[in-house]
Amino acid sequence: MSTAVRTEDPALLAATPRRLSSNQSGSDKVFVVLSRTVGATVLAITGGIGFFLALQAFPTLRRYGLSFFTETQWQPEADVIGIASVLVGTATVALVAMTVAFPLALAMALFIVEYAPARLRSSLVALVDLMAAVPSIIYGLWGFFLLQPHASNVAHWLQTYAGFLPFFRVDADAHAAMWEQSRYTASAFVAGLAVAMMAMPMACAVMRQVFSQTPLGEREAALALGSTRWGMIRTVVLPFGRGGIIGGTMLGMGRALGETIAVVLIISPSFDLKFRPLEVGTNTVSALIAGRFGEASPSQLSALLTAGFVLFLITLVVNTFAALIVANSRSGAGTDI
Amino acid sequence: MTTVTPTLTITPTRERSRPGADESPRTWVRSLEDLPATAEPQRRRTLSTSTAQDRMVVLGSLVSAPALAWLVCFRLLPWGTVLAFALTGFVLFLAIVTVTTAALTPGPAVADRLAAALITGGAALVGIALVSTVVFTFARGAAVLPHLNTFTQDMAGVGPRDPLDRGGVLHAIVGSLIQVGIAIVVTVPLALGTAVFMTEVGGRFARVVRTVVEAMTALPSIVAGLFIYTVLLLQLGVPRSGFAAAMALSVMMLPIIARAADVVLRVVPGGLREASLALGASRWRTVWHVVLPTARPGLATALILGIARGIGETSPVLLTSGASSFLVVNPFIGSMNSLPLFIFSAVRSGEPVYIQRGFAAAVILLAIVLILFVVARRLARPANGR
Repeated sequence: MSTAVRTEDPALLAATPRRLSSNQSGSDKVFVVLSRTVGATVLAITGGIGFFLALQAFPTLRRYGLSFFTETQWQPEADVIGIASVLVGTATVALVAMTVAFPLALAMALFIVEYAPARLRSSLVALVDLMAAVPSIIYGLWGFFLLQPHASNVAHWLQTYAGFLPFFRVDADAHAAMWEQSRYTASAFVAGLAVAMMAMPMACAVMRQVFSQTPLGEREAALALGSTRWGMIRTVVLPFGRGGIIGGTMLGMGRALGETIAVVLIISPSFDLKFRPLEVGTNTVSALIAGRFGEASPSQLSALLTAGFVLFLITLVVNTFAALIVANSRSGAGTDI
Repeated sequence: MTTVTPTLTITPTRERSRPGADESPRTWVRSLEDLPATAEPQRRRTLSTSTAQDRMVVLGSLVSAPALAWLVCFRLLPWGTVLAFALTGFVLFLAIVTVTTAALTPGPAVADRLAAALITGGAALVGIALVSTVVFTFARGAAVLPHLNTFTQDMAGVGPRDPLDRGGVLHAIVGSLIQVGIAIVVTVPLALGTAVFMTEVGGRFARVVRTVVEAMTALPSIVAGLFIYTVLLLQLGVPRSGFAAAMALSVMMLPIIARAADVVLRVVPGGLREASLALGASRWRTVWHVVLPTARPGLATALILGIARGIGETSPVLLTSGASSFLVVNPFIGSMNSLPLFIFSAVRSGEPVYIQRGFAAAVILLAIVLILFVVARRLARPANGR
């Protein structure tokens, strides 16, 4: 018989297992409390800002109601305040920026991952990171002084040859002997080009990261089946990186929506509700704040803060969706097509 | 073991395809002597992704596209600008590559060449854009930089039209450094502490903090500035000063740095923490001696890029600091200029000389950012060298 009934042995009683305790030592308690305090402080600061902004929205919305979102003019002296035109302007600038930045970011990401020689790759990555670090005011100078003369030529060209499209319309005669260059400057188009320089690196960085995670086996399988390099990119890399492409583009758009100083430098403010990016004059929420905060009374300030809060909410939604899409994309999770 | 007839020195695949060879065995051992004496020593094939024909097509297109573009832009159509020439040239290059490849090779290759040309062209455009930004800024500011008084004097008593050998941007440089310095002192401990709390302590409260911090990275910098302007300047009565600007920068930088540091700390391998804990170290010692040193290069990069972002940000400063024209060292009293703000007001003045000064300040700002960036890359290298 291999089992034995264990009898009570007084000698064994002393060997009861040690009491395990999850009590922390003193220094650990201090550490936890301290870091929790820091976390709570940061939560209070950052959350406080959001709460404060939300709080500011109440008096404004109670005063102007829904017309705050539908009114195009911003005339505090006439008690007419609305953000419809600046919202449209913000969207226009962001749209122009992403129209330019998206193909460039995609091309740059694909070039870095697929086409560039291996020894160039890390310097190209650094180049894109550097583009993200260049201050926005530098891009503003670039857009205003270097790009604007050329961009107005492009705008005039677009109007001349594609003016039948509603969004290429400009309120000026394209075929005049001396075309009015000033009608084509300081527009959402030029501002969008400068903002594209800021949005592009963010989008490109996300795309590059996702593309470089494409499973090597699938790449080589496509190539071994006789695919060309572009065929491999189209059937393996791009489907794999779809989440990164969408998410990166949205992250870039989040940056483009909030950009201030480059836009302020370039545009000439106007409050028309229009979608004519090539034409002079537009306005964005951030440019509105930068232009109007100085002479604002407290109630106007809370209106500006409300506009800022709306912008923040839009950016937040865009960024959250972007993060969700990137997180849920298929990053090395096997082979499901 | 079967013997092999002398005719079987050719490869098995060709052998199998021969109709008369059905009765021959499918596998055999080939003795070395059977190899023909004339066999060449085997050489490695050179592998290349492009053939000579591809290269000639690209070369020919590179020559013919500009020529045709010149003809189109400067002779046929009234588009005589450099930009139009470059764009037309690129489009014509794509067209010529497509047509030539289509004439020489089958379908998939055409799409491949076209995509390669497009992607390379897009990447080149990005490179041109960055290089033109940097070169343009340096070129416009170059005339001012040899005047050393740019770095040693401020703009006190200097009019916008005064020559370049009077006045400088010292006050803006010092102001930027002071403001960012205060912002660093405020944000770095808070951001690092929060990141440590979120990754090392955890729990439900940490998830709340992480959610809020991540959400606040979406805060547009101008709104951060407006927040400080409303609360600090209008409600609490703090004057326009370097301190207020530093607070606006801190509010903007705090979520960015905290989030970046959180990402860096999260990739520290859990095994290292567990090893430290298993050796009997307390949680505090684990964080201090294992987690933070492991993540140091990444943390440094996160911090420096956050600082670079902060030093170049104009909009919070625009709302909160005011712009003095003279050197101010005390951040609590009196308005204080900074580099981005000086650039902004200079280029908006419309005076050519003043705009030049603005570009000189832009060169200095760009140089500071470049230096910070290079330092960040240097620090990050050990982590990449795995």
